[in-house]
Amino acid sequence: MTDAATRTGRPATAGGPGRDGDGRTPRSTRTPRPTRSTRRTRRTRGDLRQNAARFALMALPVAFFAVFFAYPVAAIVSRGLHGDGGWQLGRIWDVATRSDIRHVLWFTTWQALASTALTLLVALPGAYVFARFDFRGKQVLRAVVTVPFVLPTVVVGTAFLALVGRGGLLDDLWGVRLDTTVWAILLAHVFFNYAVVVRTVGGLWSQLDPRQEEAARVLGASRLAAWRRVTLPALGPAVAAAALMVFLFTFTSFGVVQILGGPTFSTLEVEIYRQTSEIFDLATAAVLTIVQFLAVGAILAVHAATVRRRETALRLVAPDTTARRPRGTGQWALLAGVLVSIAVLLVLPLAVLVQRSLDAPGLGYYRALTHDNSGVFLVAPIEAVGNSLEYALAATAIAVTVGGLAAVALTRRAGRLMRGFDALLMLPLGVSAVTVGFGFLIALDEPPLDLRASWILVPLAQALVGVPFVVRTMLPVLRAVDGRLREAAAVLGASPWRVWREVDLPMVRRALLIAAGFAFAVSLGEFGATVFIARPDNPTLPVAVARLLGRAGELNYGQAMALSTILMVVCAVSLLLLERVRTDGTGEF
Amino acid sequence: MLLSLEGATVRFGGRAVLDAVDLDVTEHEIVCVLGPSGSGKSTLLRTVAGLQPLDAGRVVLDGRDQAGVPAHKRGVGLMFQDHQLFPQRDVGGNVAFGLRMQGTPRGGQSARVDELLDLVGLPGARGRAVASLSGGEQQRVALARALAPRPRLLMLDEPLGQLDRSLRERLVVELRELFGELGTTVLAVTHDQGEAFALADRVVVMRDGRIAQSGTPLEVWQRPADAFVARFLGFDNVVEATVGATTADTPWGPVPVPGGSAQGPGTLLVRPAGVRLSAAGEGLRCTVAARTFRGTHVAVQLQPEGAPRLEAACALRDAPEPGDVVGVRFDAAEVVVLGAPDPFSALGARAVVKDPVAG
Repeated sequence: MTDAATRTGRPATAGGPGRDGDGRTPRSTRTPRPTRSTRRTRRTRGDLRQNAARFALMALPVAFFAVFFAYPVAAIVSRGLHGDGGWQLGRIWDVATRSDIRHVLWFTTWQALASTALTLLVALPGAYVFARFDFRGKQVLRAVVTVPFVLPTVVVGTAFLALVGRGGLLDDLWGVRLDTTVWAILLAHVFFNYAVVVRTVGGLWSQLDPRQEEAARVLGASRLAAWRRVTLPALGPAVAAAALMVFLFTFTSFGVVQILGGPTFSTLEVEIYRQTSEIFDLATAAVLTIVQFLAVGAILAVHAATVRRRETALRLVAPDTTARRPRGTGQWALLAGVLVSIAVLLVLPLAVLVQRSLDAPGLGYYRALTHDNSGVFLVAPIEAVGNSLEYALAATAIAVTVGGLAAVALTRRAGRLMRGFDALLMLPLGVSAVTVGFGFLIALDEPPLDLRASWILVPLAQALVGVPFVVRTMLPVLRAVDGRLREAAAVLGASPWRVWREVDLPMVRRALLIAAGFAFAVSLGEFGATVFIARPDNPTLPVAVARLLGRAGELNYGQAMALSTILMVVCAVSLLLLERVRTDGTGEF
Repeated sequence: MLLSLEGATVRFGGRAVLDAVDLDVTEHEIVCVLGPSGSGKSTLLRTVAGLQPLDAGRVVLDGRDQAGVPAHKRGVGLMFQDHQLFPQRDVGGNVAFGLRMQGTPRGGQSARVDELLDLVGLPGARGRAVASLSGGEQQRVALARALAPRPRLLMLDEPLGQLDRSLRERLVVELRELFGELGTTVLAVTHDQGEAFALADRVVVMRDGRIAQSGTPLEVWQRPADAFVARFLGFDNVVEATVGATTADTPWGPVPVPGGSAQGPGTLLVRPAGVRLSAAGEGLRCTVAARTFRGTHVAVQLQPEGAPRLEAACALRDAPEPGDVVGVRFDAAEVVVLGAPDPFSALGARAVVKDPVAG
């Protein structure tokens, strides 16, 4: 009987005309699981327990941010606006309307806008080429393009100085110097942020299903119309997010402007540094910090909104299914153009840097690094290498611990509070390294937190800058773990802690490694905060480079080139190791 | 009683997905919950597993109320709809997972893994990567993984849902034999009645979070409790009728009913096999609207004048062509008087009358 039931029962599912009114759902659809939103409306004991666990996880990150970020920032605010026995909010206005400050504000804004536009112009074709074309050496090229992003600002500044500065390559060849113009800064910014656009936009572009465009074509849209109506709207939020990121990085640009800007060009960040360490006008510096803080907060809020929009709306496919070899002259020309722009803008400056560092006979500049007779430091410059590595390792350990805990706590997206926490973690990324350094300087100098004499001060500041990278790298991977996999483990008898160890950890191990690498590279190259707090007898590599550049003389210049080259090699090697680990393009950076 | 649900209720944003469900499963019994998408079947399993908290009611396992017992301490097995094998572990690692959580010594784990892989017909597969398995093999590994820790209750969520039909039909027989041998207590959910009937000792039909009917496959098949169950089982010859002692008055004219049927207004089901075709002029006059080859028989769609469509099951050589006019008689042995009135029949009839040439 059961057999007969199987036979006669099943074919009846084929259905027929006129049957649709009977309210049956087609048999092929599977039972939908309750959606997140319906589930979230419920509050139970289980939820409470879970929330308690998440708050426990957040305790360390929150404490870390409270002590080493919120407290120093608060100290800056009170230093700037509190005086003569009361709050003086009028000072913001007074400072902001000073003509020299107005000039700085104006320059900061327009150079950031120009840099962003220029970067998009140069990098969007690159994003397209990386997303849609398959060509020999693509993997290597992708790594090459990413290297600049993790290079210390100081190296970038030095490299462009070697290319377009006094005695640079263009000066030698044609007598052209750009270091007195804004172009040097803009080009260096493009160099820096090319990877941001290619990663953010190209990453999404490569995952957009080309069949969507094909569907539009079949429905009668021309190639251009299909791109404009289907692909462009899908890319829009990613382009906006990338543009905002670039704007943010260039708005708070410090090392590049410090080195290439000379006395003429000064961003807010540089001005804060100048007011603090040259003019000793701490009140003005504090007010400028607050202004920058507000601007960055606004940019980050917009960025968070665009990212959220991007996360929700799209249907994505595996990137390797969408790329194909270029066809026709137009596409080959585009590929060639992108390759040339990468060669000129990204590879050439670094090549010149290396060449300049080798200019003295018998590796003279490198050998000079081992002597401490230059008078710039209390120690031989080469010792900066060891300092930098030690600091960066410590900073990486801190950043991975703090950022890892935060990412685990944030895995389940839920609640306004969590989203706020998420945004808070992003703040140090944009709130200017100089702010962090300055804040450390004025806040952590008295008991119970007198860390002035402690070596840990530098790694702490570097970790603060590194944490957002750790969170951004790990979070997407953690969130991609299918919740039912965790349920499967739980039903098989795994406690929540066991579930994390057995299911989550193996999947995020690689992301953790990548996050650590990023934190390491960022710490290694960190300049804005370190320059405030590194002690003269313990300079880091970027600080040493900047000091050498600040001195006149062929030997100092050459040594700066040599140290920069060393720094670049260390960063590039750690990045290339990462690229071997990373094969799936996860994360935002 | 191994498992009892007492008034189990789950609400998602005000809508009751499980609405005061009472369900008992005795030891060694195989119970299959059958229902369309969204009827609350999967939620039922999740509440028993402890993955979904109840808003009201109780889940009792082995006489113990499970309120506050987390999923990992309930000792039940759950095989997920799409298997959810751990991608970073090989087959052996997946099967051994539950044993490791129990703290079984390594040697015992290994022996049990081999035993289970033999049992599900994948001997020697322990070193294989999960990604290299076919759908059927994944299903077997998922089953072995769920069985390994010897759960007191094994739950299957659409166990064969993603497999193609021939594999499904073979596996369902294998599963039934396997559970019989092991004496496993099973609670399965599916939307496929063929699967449910082939697997279960008892079938529970669910509708909108409530239990519509419960009984052996034969009982449910022969006497659907109401029009919903009848239609869900694939029967479409369901109409409102006034039932008399030997015949019922229906839109199709008088239809003979088995002796002892409840009299008065009710809903009538005529199985396709009970719709007998004869020459035009005898009985109800119908036009053949469509015919569908079903392997063992031909399903013929008949359009009477001014009445809902009828489906008849004909032998291959007797089937008329579309457009033919035939007469229809009914066989009382294939007619069932159902309990509740059918809320859908009026709708269905209107749709047919409006578009009489469809098909």
